[in-house]
Amino acid sequence: MTFELAATVPSRGLDVRLDVAEGRTLALLGPNGAGKSTALGLAAGTLRPHDGEITLDGRTLAAARDGRRTTWVAPHRRRVALLAQDPMLFGHLTVRENIAFGPRAQGATRREAAARADRWLAAIDLTDLADRRPATLSGGQAQRVAIARALAAAPRLLLLDEPMAALDVDITPALRQRLQHLLAEQTTVLATHDVLDALLLADEVAVVDGGRVVERGPTAEVLSRPRSAFAASIAGLNLLSGTWTSDGVATAGGEVVHGHGAPDVVLGTAMTAVCRPAAVAVHLTAPHGSPRNTFRATVRSLTPHGDLVRVRTDRLAADVTPGSVAELGLAPGREVWLAVKAAEVDVYPV
Amino acid sequence: MTPTSERASAARAARDPAEVPAGLPRWAYAPAVVGGLFVVVPLIAMGTRVDWSNYGALVTSESARAALALSLQTAAASTLLCLVLGIPMALVLARGRFPGQGLLRSLVLVPLVLPPVVGGVALLSTFGRRGLLGESMEVLGLQIAFSTTAVVLAQSFVALPFLVVSLEGALRTAGERYDVVAASLGASPTTVLRRVTLPLVWPGLLSGTVLAFARALGEFGATITFAGSLQGVTRTLPLEVYLQRETDPDAAVALSLLLVAVAVVVIAATHRRGAGGAVR
Amino acid sequence: MTAALPRRTTRAPAALLVAASAVVALTACSTGTVATSDGEEDTTLTVFAAASLTEAFDEIAADFEADHPDVDVALSLAGSSSLVAQIQQGAPADVVATADRATMDALVADDLVGTPQTFATNTLEIAVPPGNPADVSALTDLTDPDLNVVVCAPEVPCGAATTAVVDRAGLTLQPVSEEQSVTDVLGKVTAGEADAGLVYVTDVARAGDRVEGVAFDESDAAVNTYPVATVDRAGQSPDQADLAQQFVDAVLSDDGQAVLADLGFAAP
Repeated sequence: MTFELAATVPSRGLDVRLDVAEGRTLALLGPNGAGKSTALGLAAGTLRPHDGEITLDGRTLAAARDGRRTTWVAPHRRRVALLAQDPMLFGHLTVRENIAFGPRAQGATRREAAARADRWLAAIDLTDLADRRPATLSGGQAQRVAIARALAAAPRLLLLDEPMAALDVDITPALRQRLQHLLAEQTTVLATHDVLDALLLADEVAVVDGGRVVERGPTAEVLSRPRSAFAASIAGLNLLSGTWTSDGVATAGGEVVHGHGAPDVVLGTAMTAVCRPAAVAVHLTAPHGSPRNTFRATVRSLTPHGDLVRVRTDRLAADVTPGSVAELGLAPGREVWLAVKAAEVDVYPV
Repeated sequence: MTPTSERASAARAARDPAEVPAGLPRWAYAPAVVGGLFVVVPLIAMGTRVDWSNYGALVTSESARAALALSLQTAAASTLLCLVLGIPMALVLARGRFPGQGLLRSLVLVPLVLPPVVGGVALLSTFGRRGLLGESMEVLGLQIAFSTTAVVLAQSFVALPFLVVSLEGALRTAGERYDVVAASLGASPTTVLRRVTLPLVWPGLLSGTVLAFARALGEFGATITFAGSLQGVTRTLPLEVYLQRETDPDAAVALSLLLVAVAVVVIAATHRRGAGGAVR
Repeated sequence: MTAALPRRTTRAPAALLVAASAVVALTACSTGTVATSDGEEDTTLTVFAAASLTEAFDEIAADFEADHPDVDVALSLAGSSSLVAQIQQGAPADVVATADRATMDALVADDLVGTPQTFATNTLEIAVPPGNPADVSALTDLTDPDLNVVVCAPEVPCGAATTAVVDRAGLTLQPVSEEQSVTDVLGKVTAGEADAGLVYVTDVARAGDRVEGVAFDESDAAVNTYPVATVDRAGQSPDQADLAQQFVDAVLSDDGQAVLADLGFAAP
């Protein structure tokens, strides 16, 4: 493993274990305050671990035991580059000088650094902005320059902290594609709460919640078969947890969820059941007919979701047409029945 | 809107004549004008009292030239000393974390509120022949009092807080985020200071330097108490003006106007560049 | 994230500040009368005197107030040239006493004073720190370049006197500082910064055991004469003018002269 982090920061409630292989991208998914930025801070050297070890390329960047620091490498010696949602370009330098900053700081001559900067400018397709000042750039252009600046410093590990969060939604797809291309060989840790970032850029995903890693695995796997509430919400799926009985998945609330297929697990195993909101039907009275999963629920909110309306309840979310909403008279507080076909429910062990 | 485009639109707004200023109540103009006149009219009044026919002779007398040269040299040296000591002080106060930081900041600002003569007395207590350090220095053959060095020390003592306050404020406002980014790109702390931090706070640094220079140039009380008054050695322009009042009031007024002119030139030259930097 | 608007501050503090400034400004212009405890208004006599006359005039003024119970003497002490400049600008003085003829002559030329009368003289003396660490015994000792010698600047009265005695002795001094006033010279000697300074006999007397005095022969080359005069002020009442003359007489009286002699001044 190129990068390994196993550390605690009790003052921020963080206790995580992460690793990334050379050239791969790991996405840290999690709600705000989950600890993603704290983990990145540990890697970058802006935070000290209370306990644990952080290594890169076999070199220990920081180590501590019980609050006593045993090893510490200063941030500027770590070869770890940081990129946040604010591009933070140096306003008094031109675009080219910004990108050349890393190489020059590491000892390259002005000419070498400028040549390297020009190569990166070509890679991000902004050669004609080379002599401009950052204040004249658009948000997307500035972020592109920031990425080039970080990569031009030839970091062994690149940290991205919600890089698209401050950009307009219509330019993020193009930038994401460009990033995909630029990060192909770069060891990266990407903190995000956008599922598209994870899907398109990350090889692996670690879900962080409450300062702990609650799920870990290849992106497609985690997002199609989430095992934590947050991962499910990011993947846009409904999630229910329970234990395996001969009947199905028994939830804590006493219901039994029927899924498709027969997972090969022993009775009593902790299980997760997921289904897409589009597969959930909303009724005003208890529906009949089986095999179905039915739940009583109270409507919490209605929000537009593409050309459908997402009806959030205290149990599952359902996507229905606006016409249905009107027909059923759905409104927050309304008692309804939700029904899902067993064939639409995916059931697997936690 | 990202911070960079926000800055760009703010800069555009500052130059747009169609933009209506907000947050300026109408009644503020009257006292503001009075305040402006209060500062400007005495200077103009002094100008009307000047013996213009003799002005050239009055300001180029031997004592005047010696005083002016000494003032400029010592003020420049003091400003340099203030920069050498003040930049690290501002950095430590703005960025450091250690016990007693608040107390240290208060102490550093004391020369700002101290009457300059008291400052001179304090310096004498330290560097005078019977002073805390002066006694040992006297034994080593080093005498500070009555020397040009004493003038530089007196000026630096009173001017240093101006630079520190100005720069510390600018450093706090700028924050540490750019420094973090620069470090992550591989820049050592000294490189970060040189290429990122100081350019970022350039307007604050510049205005602090100008203030310190102006304060050093106009310094009187501490100088006359600590350094003494001797032509070419310790008699700076303010001391010369004070002395000329005894015998040649015309010369005193002429030299005063010269001091004002030097101050105005320094402030005007640096203010424009500073403002240009801030708009960017 | 929106920031909360600050609460509207009341106008009271601002109004209070304006009122306070007005009161301060008004009281700064003092009037010529002062209310006393018995309800009667005292007359104020404003006396401008050179700083070197501080102790002498403090005592003479106290004696004068004792003799004239309803009179309050307001003493204003400063450098002679400052006093002259203030009177030329119209300051409300009734009596002025300077430390040399030249400054008084400026007032005479401007027709601002009555006929000046000399009430005391003073000569220079060498002041040294207690114990005389540099072993100074004569004026020629002050030419030693290793000594820190402090004198008055030639532009001030005591400086003119210094130049006169030094010229009489045929010497060239290399002082480390030329101070603006005799008090500053004395200050540097008492602080130990100067090995020797040229000040007046009265200054040495005043400083007590903080300095030692070393007399020298050439001191009579510069005898400082102290003139006193009434100020002819527009709008001054005849009573006030009379009172001013009485004060001048007090200075010249035997009692006044005794006070001056005690402090080291020589007779006119």
